[in-house]
Amino acid sequence: MHAHAAPLVLPAVRFAGVVRHFGAVRAVDGVDLAIAPGEFFAMLGPSGSGKTTCLRLIAGFEQPDDGHIEIFGETVEGLPPYRRAVNTVFQDYALFPHLSVGENVAYGLRVRGIGRADRDRMAREALAMVKLSGMETRRPAQLSGGQRQRVALARALVVRPKVLLLDEPLGALDLKLREEMQSELKGLQRALGLTFVFVTHDQSEALSMADRVAVFNEGRIVQVGPPEEVYERPATRFVARFVGSANVLEAREALALGAPARPSSLRPEKIVLLAPGAPVPEGAALVEARVTDVSYQGPVRRVSAVTGEGLALTAAVPATASGVMAGATVRLAVPAGAVRPMGGEQ
Amino acid sequence: MTRAPLSLKIAALAGLAFLHIPLLFILLYCFTTEEKSYAFPPPGFTLKWFGVVWGRADIWAAVGLSLKVASIATLLALVLGTLAAGALARARFFGREPISLLFVLPIALPGIVTGIALRQAFGLMEIPFSVWTIVLGHATFCIVVVYNNAVARLRRLSPSLIEASMDLGADAFQTFRLVVLPNIGTALLAGGMLAFALSFDEVIVTTFTAGQQSTLPIWMLSELIRPRQRPVTNVVAVLVILVTFLPILAAYYLTRHGEAVAGSGK
Repeated sequence: MHAHAAPLVLPAVRFAGVVRHFGAVRAVDGVDLAIAPGEFFAMLGPSGSGKTTCLRLIAGFEQPDDGHIEIFGETVEGLPPYRRAVNTVFQDYALFPHLSVGENVAYGLRVRGIGRADRDRMAREALAMVKLSGMETRRPAQLSGGQRQRVALARALVVRPKVLLLDEPLGALDLKLREEMQSELKGLQRALGLTFVFVTHDQSEALSMADRVAVFNEGRIVQVGPPEEVYERPATRFVARFVGSANVLEAREALALGAPARPSSLRPEKIVLLAPGAPVPEGAALVEARVTDVSYQGPVRRVSAVTGEGLALTAAVPATASGVMAGATVRLAVPAGAVRPMGGEQ
Repeated sequence: MTRAPLSLKIAALAGLAFLHIPLLFILLYCFTTEEKSYAFPPPGFTLKWFGVVWGRADIWAAVGLSLKVASIATLLALVLGTLAAGALARARFFGREPISLLFVLPIALPGIVTGIALRQAFGLMEIPFSVWTIVLGHATFCIVVVYNNAVARLRRLSPSLIEASMDLGADAFQTFRLVVLPNIGTALLAGGMLAFALSFDEVIVTTFTAGQQSTLPIWMLSELIRPRQRPVTNVVAVLVILVTFLPILAAYYLTRHGEAVAGSGK
């Protein structure tokens, strides 16, 4: 499978037909992938979709059963983790409990035979970068979850990897810390110009941090693209449902809403709740539906409703909207262009 | 917190007394002037048995042999037991369960069976009895003790620690030395000490695997049959108590500290 034009830059990570199975389970089932240098790349999918195995294949903890993996043009099949210029931030941080914070960060330098004075200085600099100056002598057990995460980050970055791998980096943090770390990771990635590859099952995390998102399902990549594209134009039913829980419409249902007769997706927040007597916007399709369920979600209410024809729709309407309760009949407008056709059948 | 009822306190004290008063009698009869039987109260007190022990070459030979056997068997157990634990703690392979059972079997098996089996095996293979046959006999159960301690600790060790070490550039040997060993060190110390203690006072397997050599327990056993100079055995027993008590105390303080550091994050 060769592209017509040679790529302008060597991909940081390239997968060609990579397969990895565990017994009868095909955890990774023919993945092709090219991650550009300096890219913030997200691998998004439910658990068991193969995203973590792909990360472990890059790190070298797993070896492919078939296919080819390159890191900056270098073939890495058969190379152990300690011979690869990639480093990992582990989901449980994996800090060494018997070493101090400073010794943890200096560990990679120590096994490379760098002298104590140099590695102490470099560890100090790395800890300053993640805003943990002065914590060198603490034990990992004395740190909070957020601080441990930063130590893990400093420990991975201090050995200057070409690619940084992050396994569910924000999974164990509470909401406020998570938002803080999101912008910090993004800032760090931009400042260092490094390639970051991260695995997550949280679509909002993937959409907000990544330059590009690969959506995994059942060991395959079902869609790759910038967050806007993946969100706005889901390629398959799975992507539509998994990323932002879109409404999935059959061909005839799309046709009924004035769109081409093809399987399509419709984002809940695109559906407009019309006040009683309000005019239908230009070009929009009007649907009358009976509300079956309402859930309050802070800024919005998620309204589930069924039309007379049996079409079930979920709409996200402003939380301030009145008259929305189970059993009520509402008027919903679906603007032209909100119904997006999908290709795949998956 | 509720107070224990009086009956429970008395029972606890009685239990402790039952465990420790015999030890006091050992100490008491070190100093008796009566050498043929243990009469109570002792007819008189003397320090001469300490001098007798000091002068008897057979005692020192037995002590030396016991220390040598226990040291070699413990060392062997530390190396082989740790390797076996490393292989079986996490790996999944065909026959893993039977193999770990086979490892633990020697300690469950009565020593007399192990002893006879080894004696016959050595006989069939025409291996003459020596220090090394004793060491091999002891190693069968010493390995189990080290293995059990190491495997329990290894299973508690997060597998991502080993991956993190490899990820940061350490090869398998560096990972073992810098990450695995420090984290299982106290378990190995505890296992090693227990193995040493088991070997040091082993009688049954030794009886079957020793030739002319007599280890300290064998020497004591043969001494009890002799009617003269009985307090000499008591003096040796007290020395053994002193020698074994100190390392156990040291290990207790060492591991207590280690637990506090390694376990506080859990």
